[in-house]
Order: sequence, then C-alpha cells, then structure tokens
Amino acid sequence: MQQEVIVAGFGGQGVLLTGQLLAYAGLLEGKHVAWIPSYGPEMRGGTANCSVIISDQNIGSPLVEEPGAVLVFNQPSLEKFAKRVRSGGILLINSSIVTGEVKRQDIQVYRVPASQIAAQLGNDRVANMVLLGAYLELTGAVSTESVLKALAKVLSKGKSGLLEINRKAAEMGALAVRRSAAAEA
Amino acid sequence: MKVLMKGNEAIGEAAIRAGCRCFFGYPITPQTELPEYLAKRLPEAGGVFLQAESEIAAINMVYGAAGAGARVMTSSSSPGISLKLEGISYLAASELPCVIVNIMRGGPGLGGIQPSQSDYFQATKGGGHGDYRMIVLAPASVQELADLTAEAFELADKYRNPVMLLGDGILGQMMEAVSFRPRTALPAQDKTWATTGCRGRARNVINSLYLDPEKLERHNRHLQEKFRQMAENEVRSETYRTEDAEIVVVAFGTAARIARTAVDSARMQGIRAGLVRPVTLWPFPDQAIKSVLASCRALLTVEMNAGQMVEDVRLAVAGARPVHFYGRTGGMVPSATEILREIQNIAGVAYGASVS
Amino acid sequence: MQALARPQALTEEKFHYCPGCTHGIIHRLVAETIDELGIGEKTVGVASVGCSVLAYNYFNVDMQQAAHGRAPAVATGIKRVLPDRVVFTYQGDGDLVSIGCGEIVHAAARGENITVIFVNNACYGMTGGQMAPTTLPNQPTTTSPGGRDVKQAGYPIRMAEMLATLDGPAYIARTSVHNPKHVIKTKKAIRTAFEMQMQQRGFSMVEVLSVCPTNWRMKPVDALQWLENNMLSYYPVGVYKTVLQEVRG
Repeated sequence: MQQEVIVAGFGGQGVLLTGQLLAYAGLLEGKHVAWIPSYGPEMRGGTANCSVIISDQNIGSPLVEEPGAVLVFNQPSLEKFAKRVRSGGILLINSSIVTGEVKRQDIQVYRVPASQIAAQLGNDRVANMVLLGAYLELTGAVSTESVLKALAKVLSKGKSGLLEINRKAAEMGALAVRRSAAAEA
Repeated sequence: MKVLMKGNEAIGEAAIRAGCRCFFGYPITPQTELPEYLAKRLPEAGGVFLQAESEIAAINMVYGAAGAGARVMTSSSSPGISLKLEGISYLAASELPCVIVNIMRGGPGLGGIQPSQSDYFQATKGGGHGDYRMIVLAPASVQELADLTAEAFELADKYRNPVMLLGDGILGQMMEAVSFRPRTALPAQDKTWATTGCRGRARNVINSLYLDPEKLERHNRHLQEKFRQMAENEVRSETYRTEDAEIVVVAFGTAARIARTAVDSARMQGIRAGLVRPVTLWPFPDQAIKSVLASCRALLTVEMNAGQMVEDVRLAVAGARPVHFYGRTGGMVPSATEILREIQNIAGVAYGASVS
Repeated sequence: MQALARPQALTEEKFHYCPGCTHGIIHRLVAETIDELGIGEKTVGVASVGCSVLAYNYFNVDMQQAAHGRAPAVATGIKRVLPDRVVFTYQGDGDLVSIGCGEIVHAAARGENITVIFVNNACYGMTGGQMAPTTLPNQPTTTSPGGRDVKQAGYPIRMAEMLATLDGPAYIARTSVHNPKHVIKTKKAIRTAFEMQMQQRGFSMVEVLSVCPTNWRMKPVDALQWLENNMLSYYPVGVYKTVLQEVRG
C-alpha cells in the first residue's frame, strides 16, 4: 500500500508544514515516508508545494508522478496539479479561495470551504488542517491521532493550546466530505 | 530512534556525530540548510562555524584547519564547487583530509537551482589541476546521506585525502526517516604531521610546491600509490534484482531511486530488469558491472545529465554489450515512466519481441 | 657580535633572494620577534605565492604554504582550530593586494586574530617584474613598459589606509626598510603586531615597503634611494590604526 499526495498553495499557507505533518504521522505509524518540497525563489510569496509518499515498503522513487490525491489551496495550483491526479484519484479544493472549474470526469473532486470553516473556528490558519482532515477521512492514509501527535511535537512550547483547534479543524474537514459523499448517494 | 529530517540537515548532524567540529561555507541553493543547521549546532557542540566571504575563502579555511589537524567540512552546490577546485587540488596535493559536500544543481554556468547530476565529470575526473583523485560517495537516501557522511570523514583521515559527498537538490531538500547509528570508536587520530606548533618535535610543513621535477615526480608516485590503494579497497556498489537480469540499468543517487521503481514496473511486465547502483563514483565499481554481464543483453545508464557516468559504464563493459543512455538535464528529473519506456524499447517489447 | 647571531626562528637554509633584496631583512625581523617573544614552539606561519613562496623553508616554525592570495583564509582556518597558537602570514603585494584582495579585507573585517606581514615592493617579483596593484603611476614594469598609465591601468591601492577604515583591525602600520633607522621602526611595528595577537586584540598588519633591485633594474643602493624618493610620498609610513593609545602618533 502506497499513498502519494501533493499539497499545493501559496507560500505562507502552511502547505509545506501540512505535508510534513502527514509524513511525520506516517513515520509515527512505522511506515516509510518521503517528503519533497518545491524550493527556490518561487516559494517566497509565490506558489509552494510538496509531495508526500507514505508506504508499507521501502520507497523507490521519492518523486510523485501521478498523485493519488492533491490538496489545492490556490488557483494556480489547481491549474497546475488537477491534470496530474491519477485516474480515480482525489482532488480536494479549498473552495473558500479556489473557485475554478475542473473538467476531468475520471477523478473525485471535493470542494471544502476550508478557510470559512477555519474562520468559524476562530483561526484562519487551520484551513490546511480542515483539508487534511478531509483527506484522511477519504483515504485513511494515517490516523488523525497520529497527525495531532506529530503536530504536538512540532509546536513550540506554549503553543500546545493550538492542538485542540487543530483537532476540531480536522474533524470539520472529515465531516464536510462525509456530508458531500452522503449528498451524492 | 528514527527522526524525520531534511537531507541537508542529516548531513550536518551526521558530521557532528562523526567528530567534525569545524565548518567553513558560503550560502548557495539548494544546500543552504546544511550551513544553517551547523551554524546553530556546531557552537552547541563546542565547534567552529564560520561563514566565509566566498567559496574560495571557505575551501582555503578548510585547508588551514585540516592542516592544523581538525576534522573539517565545507559544502556548496555546483557553481560554488567550481570555485573550490583550486583548493581541492591543493588539499589533495598537500595530503590534507577533509569532507566536501556538493548538492548538485543544473548547469553549466549559473544554470538553475533544481536537482542535477551534471558534476559527475568534475567530481570523478579531477576538476582541479594536476594528477589527483578523491573518493566520491553518492548516497541515494537521507539515511545514506547520514551514513556516508560519517564514513567520508573516516576515509578522509585514513588516506589523508579530501573525500566528496555528491548529492543533488532532491536529496538535500527531501525529508525521510533517518537514524544516526552509533559508530564504533574513531581510529586514534594520530595526526603527527599537523601544524600545531612544534613544541617537542621537529617542525611540520604543509606544502605542495616541488620546484625540482624529480622531487615532484616522486611526490606524484607517492600520491598515485595512495590512489591505487583507494581504488583497490574502497569500491562500493549495490545491485538490485540483477541475478537473472537481461536489461541492467546503471544509475546513482536520486536517479537510481527512480530507476528502481522503473525496474520493478518492468519486472511486473515480464521484463527481466535489474539495477546496479554505484555508491562510490570514484573508485568506479567496474567489477559490479562486469559481474552482471553474464545474463545481461544490454545496459541502460540513467543520469540527470547529458551522459557522463555512461562513459565509465562503457569502459567497464568494454564493448561486450550495448550500453544505452537516458538522461534529463537542466534540473529536469527523469520519471520512472520515462525510464520504463526506455527499458521496454531496449527489451524490444515496443517491437513485439518476446523477452521471457 | 650577539646581534648578528642567526635567530633560532630561522632555519639553516640559505635565502634564495636576489642580491640587494630586502626580504631577507624582513624575514630576520620576524624571526627575531618570534625569538624575543619566546613563541617559536607555538607559532604557525603561512607562506604565500610570490618571491616569498619558499618562506616555509626559512622560518623555523610549523608552516603551511597557501594558494595565491589565500593566506589570510588559510590562517583563519588554523587560528580558529588553534586559538592559543600564534598565526602569521607573510605575503607580497601581488598576492595580498591583487588576487587576494578579498581574503585580506574580510580577515581584517572579521578582526581575525592573526598577524599579517605584507611586503610591498611595487611589482610582481617572482614572475619577473610585472605591474602590481601597488606599482606607482608612471613606474615602468614589463607589463607597463611606458610606465603605469593610470588612465588605462588605474591607480595604486594604499592597503594600510584602506584596511584602517575597518572596525575589525587592532593594529595597522606601514614601515620601510630602506635604512637602519626605518629597519628599527619596522622591527618595533612587527613586534607590536605579534603582541596584539598574543593579547587577543584582533587583526594586525604591518605593510613593509621593500625594494626589488632586480626587477626595478637598479643597483641595490640606487633601489633604496628610489624607494625613499618615490614610494615614501605615495605610501607614507606610520601607524594607521591601533587599539593602544600609547602607540598612537
């Protein structure tokens, strides 16, 4: 079993950290992981993305060609990565920011108003956790608990209060895709 | 215990654990996390971190520190390594141990900042002036970056020669799980040749100038004998599914990781493919390549350059089998799909021939 | 006759320098200083590229030979590893002012606790008298045969003055060795420079005006006179920076 995912958005939206949490959670669950960021000047104010592989086996190529899932936080990333999703794969869109159309019929598209949900929770910065929660609900790549455990390790002392809001954000994201799946059914 | 670390940072941590207490460097993408990591960690470990005014100054500081007996390292990326080459020639000529890290990016010229392997020639064929060699280690994972960093210091001291750790932008930037294995005690550091002040002994001189050609030839013979021993004792490589392989891919570093996935895909399609991964690029693992020729019909060298290591593969194969090449340049990375297509073409699948 | 005894900090090796060259005097002054300060067993010297490239044969201390212009970087590496040793470089003007301009400026700016002996003879000696950054306006050399044309080749660099503008250095002086009086002053400056280092005060440099009779195409005595008549006005001797009040002026 190998999960391959790309997280993409503006630099500063926490896309690199989101990918790192996923990789870290995989490591905590005893899996093989690889995380590769885009790097260089494009990250400063421009778009940033990272790819994550979580696998039960030794990882050969650490590069993600056709991601099983893509988490999209801005319009340029939608244009860049929608076409790369593996047929049958998942495209998760923060619909609070990204409104562009997706023409592909062979992938599952979920629009989650992640920024709106985050704002309702009282912290705009947890939008990435909303989308990550949705991704975990759909794939079960790792458990939400492992992600929160990873987050606890990277949060500096004094910021552990942020854990609870992140947990809520992940739950809201999961709920959003459950509802949307229910609506389709 | 395994931790998740960037390749660049893993090199830094492994260096400190290997007893390196001295780093001189200059910022350049995509290796900058390494000096940044050491800027924080080395002073904690009681060591010296100094950001030099240039790559040229940095390698010459390495020369001074190595000559003073320190375990010392510098790092850079391709254009910066070009600047260090004069110093590397001096280090090899003066028999000074040190570790030089090159996290390669696309060239030539200022090139780009994306991953590349286009410094293979520079690393393995000298680069700087004069007849010198250095061991070139080519890791393919963050774990191996850590392991080979530690080994690089030991090899440098063993032979009193610079050792290069050759990675690329992906390896430097990538995060993977890494554990820092406890290493057996370092061999006693008996650097009696170091210039530390001559109290209680005859004075030491670190030098590479020999105006008398007979003396310089004698010095060269001595160096060549040392390089011969390195070539004899320090070859490292890894083979993967080569036992019955008809198509053998040869690749190093990141390209080898991608090639491994392509080899697995080819096997699933019934093509008997295998992989030879040189871990030392110099000395080059000729024997490992010769040893797979019995079952092998053709070889495919895959590199993130326009075709450099392929020359050494062809030398090893010596015309016994066709050696094909597939590469991407400029910071583009070959995909497993592209490599699989090349394997298929060579296997004749594309033309309907049977391979099994 | 005690004064004429060979300093312990010089080896038995015979100097290769040309007749009338003042490198020998400056070597001796450095060696005497090392003896007087009793630091021969804890000193590491760095030879550069130029006429003094073989300095590692002459100074009876641990020595490293550096690539052209890089002696201050090499000395930095040594000093950072061995902060309690005394580290000095011995560099000519081609090495220090031209190809090694970057290294000397940054070593000085860092206040690197080393001592630099900088020998300025207004030409490239070892390669046969080419124009150096320190060659005077209108001074003929093999690469400025009609005399240095400042319109084409630009102006000489006054290194002592330039480095003295930096905050890093503890001691910057320029001296000359064209007569005994100035030789004594040079000796005093070199000793001060080494003492500064031993007191952990930071970067010290003595620029020593020197002659090159061979490449200047002059008799030794005429060369000394030429230095006095031409170089002293362009390169005034004196202490350009010191952290010690009493040395000033």
